[in-house]
Amino acid sequence: MITGLGPVCAVGMGAEAFWSALCEGRSALGPVRSFDASSLGPKLAGEVEGLNIRELVPKSYRKATKVMARDIDLAVAAARLAALDAGLVTRGSEEGADGFRLVGERTGCHIGAGLISTEPAELGRALAESLDDGGRFSMRKWGTVGEDEGAAGAMNNLPPLWLLKYLPNMLACHVTIIHGCEGPSNTIMGAEAGALQSVGESTRVIERGDAEVCFTGGAESRVNPMGVMRMLLAGRLAETDASVTDGAEVVRPYDAASGGVLGEAGGMLIVEEAAHAATRGARVYAEVAGYASGMDTRPITPGLNGLGNPDEDRGLTRAIRWALRDAGITPEQVDAIAPMALGVPALDRREFGSLRAALGGAAGRPMITVTPNAGNTLAGHGGLMVAAAAMALAEGKLPARVHRGTPEGADAGACEARGAGLRHVLVCAGSFGGQASAVVLKRVG
Amino acid sequence: MPSGRVVITGVGWVTPLGWDLDGVWNRLVRGESAMGPLRRYDARTWATGFAAEVPASFDLRERLGERAERHRDVSLSTGFALAACDDAWRMAGFDRAAPDPDSVGVYLGAGEGPVDYDAYIGAHAAGSKGQPPGAFDVGAFARVARSGLRAAAEVEQEPQLTSTHLAAEFGAGGPCLNCMTACAASTQAVGEAVEIIRRGDADVMIAGGAHTMIHPLGMTGFIRLTAMSTRRDDPQHASRPFDASREGFVMGEGAGVVILEDLEHAQRRGATILAELAGYGSTADAYRITDIHPEGKGGAGAMSAALRQAGIDPHATDDAGRPLVHWINAHGTGTQENDKIESAAVRAVFGELAPKVPFTSVKSMLGHLIQAAGAVELITCVQAIRTGIIPPTINLHNPDPACGLDHVPGTARDTNPHGGVSVCLSNSFGFGGQNDSVCVRRFA
Repeated sequence: MITGLGPVCAVGMGAEAFWSALCEGRSALGPVRSFDASSLGPKLAGEVEGLNIRELVPKSYRKATKVMARDIDLAVAAARLAALDAGLVTRGSEEGADGFRLVGERTGCHIGAGLISTEPAELGRALAESLDDGGRFSMRKWGTVGEDEGAAGAMNNLPPLWLLKYLPNMLACHVTIIHGCEGPSNTIMGAEAGALQSVGESTRVIERGDAEVCFTGGAESRVNPMGVMRMLLAGRLAETDASVTDGAEVVRPYDAASGGVLGEAGGMLIVEEAAHAATRGARVYAEVAGYASGMDTRPITPGLNGLGNPDEDRGLTRAIRWALRDAGITPEQVDAIAPMALGVPALDRREFGSLRAALGGAAGRPMITVTPNAGNTLAGHGGLMVAAAAMALAEGKLPARVHRGTPEGADAGACEARGAGLRHVLVCAGSFGGQASAVVLKRVG
Repeated sequence: MPSGRVVITGVGWVTPLGWDLDGVWNRLVRGESAMGPLRRYDARTWATGFAAEVPASFDLRERLGERAERHRDVSLSTGFALAACDDAWRMAGFDRAAPDPDSVGVYLGAGEGPVDYDAYIGAHAAGSKGQPPGAFDVGAFARVARSGLRAAAEVEQEPQLTSTHLAAEFGAGGPCLNCMTACAASTQAVGEAVEIIRRGDADVMIAGGAHTMIHPLGMTGFIRLTAMSTRRDDPQHASRPFDASREGFVMGEGAGVVILEDLEHAQRRGATILAELAGYGSTADAYRITDIHPEGKGGAGAMSAALRQAGIDPHATDDAGRPLVHWINAHGTGTQENDKIESAAVRAVFGELAPKVPFTSVKSMLGHLIQAAGAVELITCVQAIRTGIIPPTINLHNPDPACGLDHVPGTARDTNPHGGVSVCLSNSFGFGGQNDSVCVRRFA
């Protein structure tokens, strides 16, 4: 059962702010503010404003925020909001707050994470101290031992704990320490699909009796120079002129004229064993009724180019079919779909091909899209998609869509929020390299 | 219907001591060290300028033949994993009769590919050159990055790409996951893969890990943490688990892959069963980012859970008074903190029997393969079960009383006169408080 939502993204922080932004059709994709992106091709992003991580951790933990990369900030902030939303009292939520006290050994944590970029000014400054007379990086100057051999100790410009800011498992590390989760913990890599796998694996850990409650979801930020460069090279970002300032004009899922825009997000949730949730009287947003992972053995990967199918992601098709089987439903019982909808035409085409292959006519069910609002937030996106789907089921409502284009085949065009009798929502995602996952959420009651 | 029991039907590795299964094993039994001065880049001024590198003769094209062409842009560690998996796959007999792709999954604890140094370092330095502290010239960065970075090589740095290459090469259409839980990753991947088979989501799982941090920024990170040995004049004796004079780990690299299979599936196709993966335990310390819980609570919890799942009582002995666990493959990094606390955790689990359970570290010879460590060490457990030999902990001349268990110093132990090795535990603990332990058992 999903009992807590903690979305943190460009359109809002917390379940209520996130959901009302989606229902009002607000988009927060604009020119990058956190650094000067004017010289880069992609100049737009969905950035989280006003996130002061020091205020969001216990006082005794403030020192540790110095070793948190942006991805970690987002995960920690989102986990806190999810815990509060679920009415859980941990050593990380406010002292003296009312609510249910977690049992550490019975609490797990599974977080989808990505490659974290180093803070460029910090690394760059250290490296610049280690250039030789020809302007090339000198391994000798970087070292600390033997001045006669050319050592200049430049690596000491990096702080001692530098590495720990950037290990992907540090998202889960900080969250488990702050909230005292001593049960099974994992960090699953794989962008959007990795976050869905985290939600699914948390559910399985609970089903096999190894935990009662899990923090789960994903968080990622590639809104930094190296992150933008990586995503640009991966063919996932649109290059725009400085005159384009509204990202919702650019991101048009399932429209051939679309382009991708980056965002950053923490998409953390609380999943909980059903009887445990009932006993403590928790509000239940939705049930995780089905989950599966699949793989395309002919992925579209640069090194494996020419082999993949441009019209279908077979891994995604497999994952959707298996998730429906796991939920015990037919394609016709899917009432709405929350797909990746990245707005990258080549990827959208494969995604919709898989939806058609797995669902047939039900691929035309209404879609819940988040990318035109908050951008592509990778591992964060997987968590946001689940949060949006869970809210839709709990509220009996489909959020608005701010789409400015003409989607081909998919029910993903612009619309107002509207009431809808939803029972099952399919959430699905692929990833770099062919890894895919799907989750079926079911209305409770 | 799945049987609920999961067995190992193939193993393969690429290690600093080579990649031939029995050849590497024999070198471990002889107590050989893989450490030497760094060859990959000029580290003569670095506090730790040595490591346990995979021999430079490793060549993916030689290992995979024409098939390597499909994987031409892969990172070094993905190459290790492809080669290790090819051996494991053939050992399991799947090269002759491939299983149904829908029934095969992949779960790795593979690490990121090393960055493309010239362009990456050059771009970052260009962005900072002549800038005041904290400032960064994104335009200068982007000019160097855009002209130097190759798209195909960049995407291969994404850590999950290793698992997707394996899935593509060996035809695995089932669940495909990659975890990054630092030094615990590939033990966790194996444990989670077992759970995937148990719950019926796959009949066969390719599981393990691959990693190299023997590159300038990886080594820099650990040097700054002062986690590695600085015994620059004597690398062969730098990894000293459980010795009073230990002062840090030595970096290794490589890959380990095991083929896990539902027992009935393996029996139906007449596969040779190497061992049973009988138990898995996973906990988080939830203590501090840099320190292990001082009582080893998380490590003890992981070992206890793995034994519980395997149905083994750590306080029981056989008729001859021998503990039921015949070897614990320690995480045993050779840092002051780890070895002391891990020993305390073993005491907490085994009580009075703890001194009678061999508790050794192959990291004394192989170095620390980081995310690949757990899978490679699991394969040493399989080899111990097959041969009855427990490899030694080398460089252990002055045992630290704070560890003080049966660390099998210097010389391998032949247990065959006492009935061989039937049950092993393999521990992997990661930075950030991640603890994983698996229990592997002779198949009967």
